[in-house]
Amino acid sequence: MDQLPPTRERQTVGTTMRNCVVACCVLFLGACSSAPSSLRGTADLATVIARADGQVAILDTTAHQWTGKVAGLGDLSHASIVYSRNGQFAFVFGRDGGLTKVDILNQTIVGRAMQAGNSIGGAISQDGKLVAVANYEPGGVRVFDSQTLDLVADIPATIGKGPDRSKVVGLVDAPGNRFVFSLWDSGEIWIVDFSSGTTPEITRFENIGTQPYDALITPDGRYYIAGLFGEDGMVMIDLWHPENGVRRILDHYGKGETRLPVYKMPHLEGWAVAGKQAFVPAVGRHEVLVIDTDSWKETGRIAVHGQPVFVMAHPDGKHVWVNFSVPDYDTVQIIDTESLEISGELKPGTGVLHMEFSPRGDQVWLSVRDDNKVIGYNPYTLTRFAELPLPSPSGIFMSHRAGQTGL
Amino acid sequence: MRKQHKYMLLATLGWSLAIPAPSQSQEIVHDKAPAQLERMVRQDCGSCHGMTFKGGLGSPLLPENLIAYSIDDLTTIILDGLPGTAMPPWRAVVSQRDAIWMAQYLKQGGNN
Repeated sequence: MDQLPPTRERQTVGTTMRNCVVACCVLFLGACSSAPSSLRGTADLATVIARADGQVAILDTTAHQWTGKVAGLGDLSHASIVYSRNGQFAFVFGRDGGLTKVDILNQTIVGRAMQAGNSIGGAISQDGKLVAVANYEPGGVRVFDSQTLDLVADIPATIGKGPDRSKVVGLVDAPGNRFVFSLWDSGEIWIVDFSSGTTPEITRFENIGTQPYDALITPDGRYYIAGLFGEDGMVMIDLWHPENGVRRILDHYGKGETRLPVYKMPHLEGWAVAGKQAFVPAVGRHEVLVIDTDSWKETGRIAVHGQPVFVMAHPDGKHVWVNFSVPDYDTVQIIDTESLEISGELKPGTGVLHMEFSPRGDQVWLSVRDDNKVIGYNPYTLTRFAELPLPSPSGIFMSHRAGQTGL
Repeated sequence: MRKQHKYMLLATLGWSLAIPAPSQSQEIVHDKAPAQLERMVRQDCGSCHGMTFKGGLGSPLLPENLIAYSIDDLTTIILDGLPGTAMPPWRAVVSQRDAIWMAQYLKQGGNN
């Protein structure tokens, strides 16, 4: 017991010393390359897209002010963001195929790649090492090293055996270092599995329905659900049992009813779940649908002010907030998840494009595009506590998304 | 995509024949102010077609993409949509004069 093998001990000491030298070098380099004015975390920061002029603004939700803005991100007319697993870096997916890595503490661009001609969004892998981008042109998914933005895998969304390709929508990350996405043109869902390295194993689910327009994954990463534009209903894959294939849900919804012109595609980002009820936007109707998450059956429809775009649950689950497409996008409605009635309404301005709650739900931030401002509300009293100028703001992304599957 | 494009041309042709189109020489009186129309084209049409009209879920709308379409064709598509695609009819939101203004704006690459 007291005779420790001397060789092993020497090795241990040697390794420790080497590590120490490496650590010192890294610290030294770190000090040289950037000098943040003071140490702080990122958990109360959000990144907000200014869609018209290709910049993002970093929002300090504690001080209620911008900490800085970062320009030069290209065409952000439809843009979204995922975060590195430490919450320091925002990966911004631009309309023009630009993938930009932004350090939100130092407000600098640390990497940028023009990786396609036209993109719709992206996701970061469970282990944080891979960033995937969903592309319209060329249709497919490209996967990058999150450190270097070097291309790791190119996955063309071929229709049948090709060469035609489909636009890709509804790309999310799933547990097991998988990505899941849908093919708009050919009505497919693909699972790409990166668990065994950089060459993915691809599983295709064909004939899932007409024109999947967006998708979401439940917060536990188990169910992937795609909305269909070309027909009524949604499709679901149980990622615990992908061998069971796709299942249609809400199949009966809207049968025989004439729907309204859809001026803007609804978004399924996030999953508005309160208790066992999930709330999703109806396509082409002034309704929010209520789904029982045990049976996956529709249990109610709530008449709302316009065609819903985002349906977002307050973190406490008591209320669900809804915004609307043009021409009704001056209004936000709040649904009580117990009574399923509208319990509040706001008119924040023209062009309310997005809403984001703080992680614990003490704040909600709304972007009001045509009024060029981002407004902070107390979601309980519905009083404004902040109003910050930003040209044509759209998506608001709190950094706590770093720790959430599918966001 | 090629199939959809063919369908679009057919649909457009069909409607152009069926619906008497406004004369291009008529004086343009728009029901919304030009600034409002421009914002609408950039921002709301841009939701699908891209704010710079390079396309998205909807097709690109740059002048070179629209060579095969007359102002009348585009006006009809804006007002009546393209069934079978995600392009909705905007008639409830956009007047005919608004639609003509938008069609000209797109054909001229954003210079009205």
